[in-house]
Amino acid sequence: MIFSALRLALRELWANKLRTFLTCLGMIIGVGSVIALLTIGAGVTSSINREFASIGQNLVWIWPGGEQQRGPSREAKRFTWRDLDLVRRTVPGVVRIAPSVGGGHVVKFGNLDADTTIIGTTPDYFDIRLWTFASGRPFSDAESSAGRMVCTIGQTLRAKLFGGADPVGQRVRVDGVACEIVGLLAPKGAGTFGQDEDDRIILPLRAYQRRFTGDDYINTLQLMAAEKADVPRMMEGARAVLRQARNIPPDKPDDFTMEDVSSFGEEANTVLGLMTLFVGAVAFISLIVGGIGIMNIMLVSVTERTREIGIRLAIGAQERDVMTQFLIEAMALAVVGGIAGILLGLGIAYLVTGLLGWAFLPSAPLILGATIFSGLIGVGFGFFPARRAARLNPIDALRFE
Amino acid sequence: MSASPGPLLAFRNVFKIYGEGDTEVRALNGVNFEIHPGEFVAVMGASGSGKSTTLNILGCLDVPSSGTYDFMGVGVETLDRKQRALLRQNYIGFVFQGFNLLKRTTALENVELPLVYRGTPARERRRLAEEALGLVGLGDRMDHTSSELSGGQQQRVAIARALVTSPAVMLADEPTGNLDSQRTHEIMRLFRDLNEKRGITIILVTHEDDVAAFAKRHIRFKDGNIAYDGPPVPARAGAAA
Repeated sequence: MIFSALRLALRELWANKLRTFLTCLGMIIGVGSVIALLTIGAGVTSSINREFASIGQNLVWIWPGGEQQRGPSREAKRFTWRDLDLVRRTVPGVVRIAPSVGGGHVVKFGNLDADTTIIGTTPDYFDIRLWTFASGRPFSDAESSAGRMVCTIGQTLRAKLFGGADPVGQRVRVDGVACEIVGLLAPKGAGTFGQDEDDRIILPLRAYQRRFTGDDYINTLQLMAAEKADVPRMMEGARAVLRQARNIPPDKPDDFTMEDVSSFGEEANTVLGLMTLFVGAVAFISLIVGGIGIMNIMLVSVTERTREIGIRLAIGAQERDVMTQFLIEAMALAVVGGIAGILLGLGIAYLVTGLLGWAFLPSAPLILGATIFSGLIGVGFGFFPARRAARLNPIDALRFE
Repeated sequence: MSASPGPLLAFRNVFKIYGEGDTEVRALNGVNFEIHPGEFVAVMGASGSGKSTTLNILGCLDVPSSGTYDFMGVGVETLDRKQRALLRQNYIGFVFQGFNLLKRTTALENVELPLVYRGTPARERRRLAEEALGLVGLGDRMDHTSSELSGGQQQRVAIARALVTSPAVMLADEPTGNLDSQRTHEIMRLFRDLNEKRGITIILVTHEDDVAAFAKRHIRFKDGNIAYDGPPVPARAGAAA
């Protein structure tokens, strides 16, 4: 009974292709937008999370300047090696600490040159930022303390200057200063925020200060805790130590900014979650509208097929049979629309994530859920028309022209 | 008729009244008759005489306003909608004037439909439907949809659909009303054969004398009452030959 009703329903839908399509449009748009949105959202979330994972974990950045000025500030009193040592020695929970100063420079090899970003830091930086090596090694603590001109370079810069060759052991010139390459970094790929983390050259901060900046200032301190749970305690400790070192009275705000890097990801996820919720609500409304469309067309169908219903009732159909038939038809309509919507949504998500370089992560539970939900919409909105069909008086129905 | 066992169907003082007060219409006005197994009855009369109302009640599509309709000993007026649907499903085969086959559906599927509602297993359903289509001479047209069949063929499919459940009675409402005279005779001969060779009880509503002539008994309605109940009038019986 169910099987033959389903076959009949599909035949009926196929016979009225245009009507079926128009009726399904609401479902297609509703389901399609939900699927597209949630699939894209999953891709963005995963990309963001991977991005933050690649920045490093349990990480706190500190830079000079109050909350008002985001980023290093010229006016604010900058950190020095003394601050770094103080934090390393006195703040509990700090397992790694690295300074960083960066800037754009021209790097030359032979007759090739490239604009790139230089980061001056200490060997802890490689551990904090989870850099691994494709070849060679990080510069050592001894090289760092001595301020030797040794460096590691990223894959993008390597491609620009060396093509496919191994650069380890070669000398490049940074703004005219010779620098020996000791390590080639493994690739990280483009970040969510667009900057190329592989277009880098990393060298000892003391060498950078001595050759390029001429002072002993540090732009950013990067602190790593052993566990996520240690991060708040580490932040509090660093704040207290730095306030004291910088002679800030208790009634004045910090003149530096601390950022828990893992909270970036949480913020982004929260914003994304809110957006998903909002567009989800809009999509839900369009599904309701789609359901009403189905109800409408089912009512038309019941009227059109009054005579057929009369025949069925006369030759032995029970109310239940007629009801089942129309419910199945409404459900088939909704599920056909839902499946078309799923395909459309996945298609859109595939294109968007592909264009923006995010992960395309179709979710099987989501697809299954959308299909079942479509069916439920069909049953829900098909109920009233189906009951009307089932309750027709067979005599009137048979007489209907 | 005295040789037959108890009646298959019986109207006992059946009234059917539509409306109330001044607008009251008495479609049936105290009608009595019995129909026994194996009979072939033509119900005749002008439109508005009560013959369609009679057929609706016979088919358990409607119930008397008062009086009793006994179907195999059961008072149909005491049954609810669902029980009457079950009675139709199991004991009654309908043939309509307009054929009333389902569109986009093959002859075989149309004939199987009553068995689908009965819950007959698919294999058995197919066997019975093929048998019924063979009986009406459409064994070679089973996979044609109704639009691919002529009017006479469509009515044969409808007859097969009524037959397939081996009903206690077949009710035919102007079954030849949409057919030319040659097809009419073919269909009527089919009804006569089914009645004579298979012993199927047939009640057919018609207003055409030459159609009624195939039946063994005539019940003629006039103004909600039976005006005549008996064998076909001899002078006209010859038309059936």
